Amino acid sequence: MTDIQPSVDTGSDYDPVIVDGVRTPFMRSHKAYVDLSAYDLGRLALSGLLAKTGLDAQEVEQVSMGTVIHDPLTSNVARECVLGAGFPATVPAYTVALACISSNVAATNLSDMIRLKRIDVGIFGGTDTCSDPPIRISSKLRKAMVKLGNIKKPQDIMKHLSLLQTLRPSDMALDVPKVAEFSNGKSMGEGAEILVQQTGVTREESDSFAERSHSLAVKAASEGIFKDDLVPVQVPPKFVTISQDDGPRADTTMEKLAKLRPAFDKKFGVATAGSSSFLTDGASAVLMMSRKKAKELGYAPKAVVRDYVYNAGDALSEMLSGPALTIPLLLEKNKLSVEDIDVWEIHEAFACQVLANLKYLKDDQYARERLGLEKAVGEVPLEKVNVWGGSLSIGHPFGATGGRLLWTAARRLQQEGGRYAVVSGCAAGGHGSAILLENPDA
Amino acid sequence: MEHQQQGEHAADLLLPCLTLKEKDGVALITFDDKDAKVNTLNSKLTPQFEEVLEYVEKSSTIKALVLISGKKSCFIAGADIAELQAAKNEAEVKKLSQSGQEFFKRLSKLKQPVVAAINGSCLGGGLELALACDYRVATSAGNTVLGLPEVMLGLLPGAGGTQRLPALIGLEKALPMMLTGSNVKAEKAKRIGLVDYVVHPGGLQNKALEVAKALGEGKLKVNRKRKTTATSLLESVKAGKRFILQKALQQVESKTRGLYPAPKGIIEVLNYSVDHPDKGYLKESEVFAKLSQTPESKGLISLYFGQTDLKKNRYGSPEKPAEHLGVLGAGLMGAGIAMISLQKDFHVRLRDIGFDQIANGKKYIWSNLAKRVKRKSLSRFDAQKVMSRLFAQTDYKHFEECDIVIEAVFEDLDLKHRVLKEVEECSREDMIFASNTSALPISDIAKASKRPERVIGMHYFSPVHKMPLLEIIVTDQTTDDVAAAAVNVGIRQGKTVIVVGDGPGFYTTRILAPYMDEVAILAAEGVDFYTLDDAMMDFGYPVGPIALVDEVGIDVGYHVSESLGKAFGKRVSSGDLQILTELVAKGAKGRKSGKGFYLYQKQKKSVLDRFVGKKSSKKPINPEVIELINKMGKKTSKPIDLEDVQKRMYLRMINEAAYCLHDGILKRPLDGDIGAVFGLGFPPFHGGPFRFVDKVGAKKIVDDLKRYEDSLGERFSPAPNLVEMANSGARFYPE
Repeated sequence: MTDIQPSVDTGSDYDPVIVDGVRTPFMRSHKAYVDLSAYDLGRLALSGLLAKTGLDAQEVEQVSMGTVIHDPLTSNVARECVLGAGFPATVPAYTVALACISSNVAATNLSDMIRLKRIDVGIFGGTDTCSDPPIRISSKLRKAMVKLGNIKKPQDIMKHLSLLQTLRPSDMALDVPKVAEFSNGKSMGEGAEILVQQTGVTREESDSFAERSHSLAVKAASEGIFKDDLVPVQVPPKFVTISQDDGPRADTTMEKLAKLRPAFDKKFGVATAGSSSFLTDGASAVLMMSRKKAKELGYAPKAVVRDYVYNAGDALSEMLSGPALTIPLLLEKNKLSVEDIDVWEIHEAFACQVLANLKYLKDDQYARERLGLEKAVGEVPLEKVNVWGGSLSIGHPFGATGGRLLWTAARRLQQEGGRYAVVSGCAAGGHGSAILLENPDA
Repeated sequence: MEHQQQGEHAADLLLPCLTLKEKDGVALITFDDKDAKVNTLNSKLTPQFEEVLEYVEKSSTIKALVLISGKKSCFIAGADIAELQAAKNEAEVKKLSQSGQEFFKRLSKLKQPVVAAINGSCLGGGLELALACDYRVATSAGNTVLGLPEVMLGLLPGAGGTQRLPALIGLEKALPMMLTGSNVKAEKAKRIGLVDYVVHPGGLQNKALEVAKALGEGKLKVNRKRKTTATSLLESVKAGKRFILQKALQQVESKTRGLYPAPKGIIEVLNYSVDHPDKGYLKESEVFAKLSQTPESKGLISLYFGQTDLKKNRYGSPEKPAEHLGVLGAGLMGAGIAMISLQKDFHVRLRDIGFDQIANGKKYIWSNLAKRVKRKSLSRFDAQKVMSRLFAQTDYKHFEECDIVIEAVFEDLDLKHRVLKEVEECSREDMIFASNTSALPISDIAKASKRPERVIGMHYFSPVHKMPLLEIIVTDQTTDDVAAAAVNVGIRQGKTVIVVGDGPGFYTTRILAPYMDEVAILAAEGVDFYTLDDAMMDFGYPVGPIALVDEVGIDVGYHVSESLGKAFGKRVSSGDLQILTELVAKGAKGRKSGKGFYLYQKQKKSVLDRFVGKKSSKKPINPEVIELINKMGKKTSKPIDLEDVQKRMYLRMINEAAYCLHDGILKRPLDGDIGAVFGLGFPPFHGGPFRFVDKVGAKKIVDDLKRYEDSLGERFSPAPNLVEMANSGARFYPE
């Protein structure tokens, strides 16, 4: 076992430690949470965290939450969640956006603040809903309407008419947000297929990984592993209790998966509806403290945030290569080898995307040429990866997923007694994140 | 520098409660009665005000005035009621009213414009003062309320309010304010024209000074032209005014059953003023004086003093005021208690056995909040905040943080023992356990406790958010600090709290039982249900007894009658419980089950009914009850006298109340009066059962009781303390 030197050493009192976490059940979009906004889900997660931990909200010095689908009504959704959850108005909150690793950013921001003694207690997490996307009118119509609003005098009626004349029927179409890159117009699914083309992941490998994700999530749920982490949600006016994720499917089999048609590349594609993460609504909230404060308030640290790496690559060919772009750098920096890592939590955007990244991680040529490292990380043992299921099965409310991954990794460290965990994910724009957690008790 | 020095100069006129500072031609007049929490118009403040007026009248440099309070949350809370009570007779009261009118007239006739800068409560005489000013600036603070609550004391606004308010905002808007005593907040006051400008609290003084300066220099002209509407046109002619007042009188008659003279007096003054605009003020003070001498006003004022008295915690401040509340049971009571507590910023953990129960509790809270959101008395965001702050759970996790746990589980002693033991297992040693039982003796519940001295009763009334009373029950073991903490919680929840001793049914349930017993007997005798309800509503109860049994629940009524019957015998429960048991067996448990004595099916209004605004007729009677009564064969053929019905009903309640005082359940008559009025709807204008005895005379009450004892049986046997008082001529309250 190698000793590690954290990049900033302020003594262990200021180690950022994860002490507890919750999330709302993750639900498929347009289903149970159809009447809730990201603000609603976020405040439910925050109040659920207070209920679970018994923390006095007055203690919280910073809240940071990730979101991807921004509702213009709540442009700083984290702040509205904090106020709506009944926190004191004196708790500041900001929203971060880094696509699917938004709450990873929230977490590492807070970890730095704690290490640098800026704060002692923070909450990170994220919230997203795809059930109520902000649909816009076309840019031309929008501008015309703003101008119309500025014409006040009735005698300017001709101006109204001339303005309206410039509009074409196509301008009446609605602008629905897509899960696609702004810079190149390619969807995430297309990005996954590009990755497949570069790494040679097969359809069978992909289906098999998807099946694995579902069966592990179903098993974990049936063992009650998530029970204490899920905030029961009751939606007005019916208040039916939602206390379980609706993503994991017990009936997922290789046969059934094999029958599905490729979703993005109809001819030779690998990713299908069954092996891609689906649109999900949900929120997560995780409590982080300095080790000193946790001791003072009587909370047991579950994991120390040791270090992290963000990296970015080409927005098209490396759209989903985040783990491959970051994990090797994180391990190298901390002089850790693949054998030192006991817990892996890797975001599952697509089954083929996870497999492609794992292939890159053991590819010496990729390590040398893309990252300038001597050799690759090596084979990541699958039995240590996402053993309670992943985004493919549990679901992926974009901004909230990082909170789920980090809290899951912390809990797994405790349960399995391992020492190190790596949490990694990819994000639109060719981003990647890898975070190193250490078990304070190991 | 010079500018600053000017701003800092000492007061130009310094009186005990008033200061006047003049700057740039504007006099800032700050009033602050340092000996009291709130400013009231009394014999201390008024003469000082007059001195200030004199100063202003003589001044050649003052061009405008600002009136502002030095208190944080009160402009002027009203006139001093105690001084009003001290007036010996009608003539003296009339003089008081007229001197108030004179003073406000003098203020309104000042050559300088006057700006009222209003923050906090501006009520009664306080609003009349503001109305006499030329301009009103009010703050948007939540506690800024304007209103004329005199009617709730059986009075009318006697210092010009009946004249100035309609003149300013019109009859249509002024009538509801005067007739119901309802408050309006700043935004609404602006909408109806009662205030001219709304300002953030931090900017009140500056804005008022700015407005006053502009008014004084003639740069600002007040334009209060109202929109022309159908009603404003109607109000512009005498006949129209008379029509509006006649409609209002009809409404008052139907709502108050003619029992409350004050609203009628207000309409009388307004009617007179239509034809004699110059004599309106005189009429106002005449009717004010007349109303002040009515027993109704005296009863209501005694209640007001009682309520004010109960706002103080008689046990003093608790060592550690509770912040964290646990509530067990998410039924209507538990959810209601959780809701009012959350709204007063308590931390609440609501526990029930399953998520279905919790969901029902949440639904109940949400539907109540949603109603307020709809009425715009609560913002959607604040409602969501209340819901978010409710921690509902199926276990006792974190109950160690609870300072007090209130159980609202089913009325079953074994169950109460079980939850008490459970919660003691996972709570701090200094946790207080409160039971929301309505009848089970607290000492019986405390038997299961490791710390019986920390067990207390907190009896809320349903629906919790509407009923103002909280009956706290202390046992021989309960420590004073525990009682102090419980009373403190109740007061902070906004409740009127009475403290009573322990025993079956405590106070309120115990005096309700014989009242209900008598209604069952009367029903069995064949008295029509509508007649029974009407008789008691004519006596002044807001709800008739038959409707009340249905509301409380027939099963609950049965339980209470049975257990209290065992404890107190025929005096409390002499009636045959057969009618109740058979109804419960038939599933008729009252309103909650859709049928009780009445049927509660939702009646569909036809389109035509809705169009003509036809009110739903009386609730249909449940035919099963009629059948039962016929079967029981206790019907009497004797014609029943309405006064007899009323007396038999209220005498049994009053007699039992006297017993409660005699037995030491009540420490003093005041708690009994407040409890009966705010918990059971005893006619407020009678001031409560003890005030009623004082008013009628103990002798008369005892005579009536004895007469019924002879004819109807021992259940009317008068309480020993009543008999004693009848002989000695003593009273419950000093005269």
